[in-house]
Amino acid sequence: MTARVAYTNARVIDPASGLDNAPSDTGGLLSDGEFIQAIGPEIFSDGIPESAVQVDCRGTILAPGLVDIRADLCEPGAEHKEDLESGSRAAAAGGVTTVVALPNTDPVIDEVSVLEFIARRAREVKLIKVFAHATVTRGGNSDELVEMGLLKHAGAVTFTDGRRTIVNAKVLSRALKYAQAYDGVIMQHPEEPVLAQGGVMQTGELSTRLGLPGIPAEAEIIMLQRDLKLVEMTGGRYHASHISTAASVRAIADAKAAGLNVTCDTAPPYFALNELAVGEYRTFAKLSPPLRREDDRQAIVAGLADGTIDCIASDHAPQDQDSKRLPFEQAEFGAVGLETLLQLTLELRHNGHLNLPDALACITYRPADILGLPVGRLTVGGPADLVVFDPERPARIEPDRFVSKSKNSPFDGRLVQGQVLRTVVDGRTIFSAAA
Amino acid sequence: MSTPLRIVREKLNITQTELANLMGTTQATVSRMEAGQWEPNASQVQAVLVKSNSLGVDLTVDDFVLPDTMPSAANGAPAATGDLHFDHEHLLGIQDLSPNEISFLLDLSDTYAERNRTADRKLSLLAGKTVINLFFEESTRTRTSFELAGKRLGADVINIAVASSSIKKGETVIDTAVTLNAMHADALVVRHPHAGAVQLLSEKVNCAVINGGDGSHEHPTQALLDALTIRRRKGHLQGLLVALCGDVAHSRVARSNIYLLQTMGARVRVIAPPTLIPSGMERLGVEVFHDMRAGLADCDIVMMLRLQRERMEGSFVPSVHEYFHFYGLDYEKLSHAKPDALIMHPGPMNRGVEIDSAVADDIDRSVIHEQVEMGVAVRMACLDVLTRTDKSNRNGGTAP
Repeated sequence: MTARVAYTNARVIDPASGLDNAPSDTGGLLSDGEFIQAIGPEIFSDGIPESAVQVDCRGTILAPGLVDIRADLCEPGAEHKEDLESGSRAAAAGGVTTVVALPNTDPVIDEVSVLEFIARRAREVKLIKVFAHATVTRGGNSDELVEMGLLKHAGAVTFTDGRRTIVNAKVLSRALKYAQAYDGVIMQHPEEPVLAQGGVMQTGELSTRLGLPGIPAEAEIIMLQRDLKLVEMTGGRYHASHISTAASVRAIADAKAAGLNVTCDTAPPYFALNELAVGEYRTFAKLSPPLRREDDRQAIVAGLADGTIDCIASDHAPQDQDSKRLPFEQAEFGAVGLETLLQLTLELRHNGHLNLPDALACITYRPADILGLPVGRLTVGGPADLVVFDPERPARIEPDRFVSKSKNSPFDGRLVQGQVLRTVVDGRTIFSAAA
Repeated sequence: MSTPLRIVREKLNITQTELANLMGTTQATVSRMEAGQWEPNASQVQAVLVKSNSLGVDLTVDDFVLPDTMPSAANGAPAATGDLHFDHEHLLGIQDLSPNEISFLLDLSDTYAERNRTADRKLSLLAGKTVINLFFEESTRTRTSFELAGKRLGADVINIAVASSSIKKGETVIDTAVTLNAMHADALVVRHPHAGAVQLLSEKVNCAVINGGDGSHEHPTQALLDALTIRRRKGHLQGLLVALCGDVAHSRVARSNIYLLQTMGARVRVIAPPTLIPSGMERLGVEVFHDMRAGLADCDIVMMLRLQRERMEGSFVPSVHEYFHFYGLDYEKLSHAKPDALIMHPGPMNRGVEIDSAVADDIDRSVIHEQVEMGVAVRMACLDVLTRTDKSNRNGGTAP
């Protein structure tokens, strides 16, 4: 059994409750076994309990462990890119304690048996908390709905065809209706596939210069607008994944104002990079959706600042060298993101767009709440899922030192501020940075 | 010390100002050339040679070059008379080149073009060197042109055609590069259906790589041969108005030509149906037209592009019939350009699609065959420059 742990000298931030306690010798957080026993500025005023191990956080920050609702863990099917263990270790190194895996595995997660396989593997690995989405359609590419009720009861967090768009309007509208019986959220990758077909980067001057086929920004808003109409029609619960354009931010804001049950997320590349990152055919910057123009990036930042965009997901998409060391058009889409999620989200704070609690909200309780997960907050009696980090410490993103099996980061060499020092899941320290 | 140009001028018995007028430059420039700081370029040398002929003075190209700057003369290379550096390991695109570098390549190509018209055109400059033509895409004319260029220079030339169907996964790009690298080629000429693939390959090999066309990105030797053809006919590139007509969206030829012509001071128009104009085209500094007659008005050069039906995803134009009606070059549309406008086409032509046969075969207007001829000269120049092992030797004479 894990003993009691006293975290002292930490600025304890819980974005969900608005808690923000300054570091002190007398206060902090006390965990007992898997759970949080006490939080407060005076809990250690009579000294640290004798049985407790002390963790001196030295003035850094203690926050709920991060929650990532979009990540490829690649198991089963593509274990050469990532597996549950390497993905869990990567998450731990990034301060992420809960990951919801995308269902684009091989076989896809469209049956209870695959879901149970994931759960079993997660228990064996026993690092972070691994949840999984199930697909909306059988095979993740058909017009036939999965057994949503059974999957939901077996633990599927929500339903998405992952990196594939649910194109068929009738199927999506049925899914939006049917899922309501089981409180299911339908999560969509909004991209009009025909308009985007063959494209590999944002359409524009740069794609013309590079001679690469483009994907217009309109491919996203066209599908999103259609989806929002279907949400209006069905009253369903809809979540738009990794939105990347100014038009999408406006559409989501309008939908929310109209009272639709809609949420959305974005991923760090879309607020920290623009199309210029493609440069001279850098395949690590080949993403889906593609990196957009600078005004889109700024709109994403503004959407995060004003709360239109609910949360940030890592969109972790590991790709091995053979999938990326190719001519740009032939290379796979995607970038790893678990280990850089916190550092890049902190940029929003360092650049003055969000204060620290609001930035943390985007990667803790807000994504958890969207999917109804009982994580992402510090509550007495709740799970001791914690991250200790120094938000100021300078660092350079060095993919060669990633724990993930794949190193495909478009942020290679980027200078950032922020360092995860300790990651705790259910009271167990699963990651601790070398001092 | 007497430099070659000073000796030439003394032989001709003219003043620096007179020589400057002859060469189309200033007295100050001539003065610096005589001081050995600069060297005359090919067209300037030609101008002086023409004059010397008419004066009955016996001069050759060699009289313009310092003896110790003619390392290649011994094995028969024409004297490179540019005064410029060419400091690139590879030729991947026109975008990487400065005006000086382009002029240098054109000047050198010019000398090869002249030489190719003589019986004494086989050289031994690249004797013992290996040139590999690596074509991941079908090509007859470019591959043959490079092959001929390599052989004219005395190199061993090997052609490798990798059928497009067998590169589904594309690992072959790097794998093939590494394999060929182990065979110690001196130059690789690469064509690939995907943009950026040639650059990727160039990062994996130790030898010079020449881009023989990559996807819709660049085709630098085509732009150079087009420029050489124009320069020889019009005498200059600066100030010309050039129309590029047709499938701009899929054309690497169009992109390379736009970069080159603009770098050299020409104005470029593109004329095509809106579906064949790529996004952000105006940002490249060209004027965009959708009407042939308006677009061709006052043009000096009409450059037709091939309708690349094999690169088209979906339907870009409703029919060939409609395309020819509005965008095919015939005499009526051509009449809107300048009366002495030249007609060019990178080939292979789709007769009756983008160009009327009568126009294409008009020996007074069409320079299409000359383009092919200049292609060999340009590729000889590129192979020559890029295989020079001594980098300091890559400037034709003294450093500026």
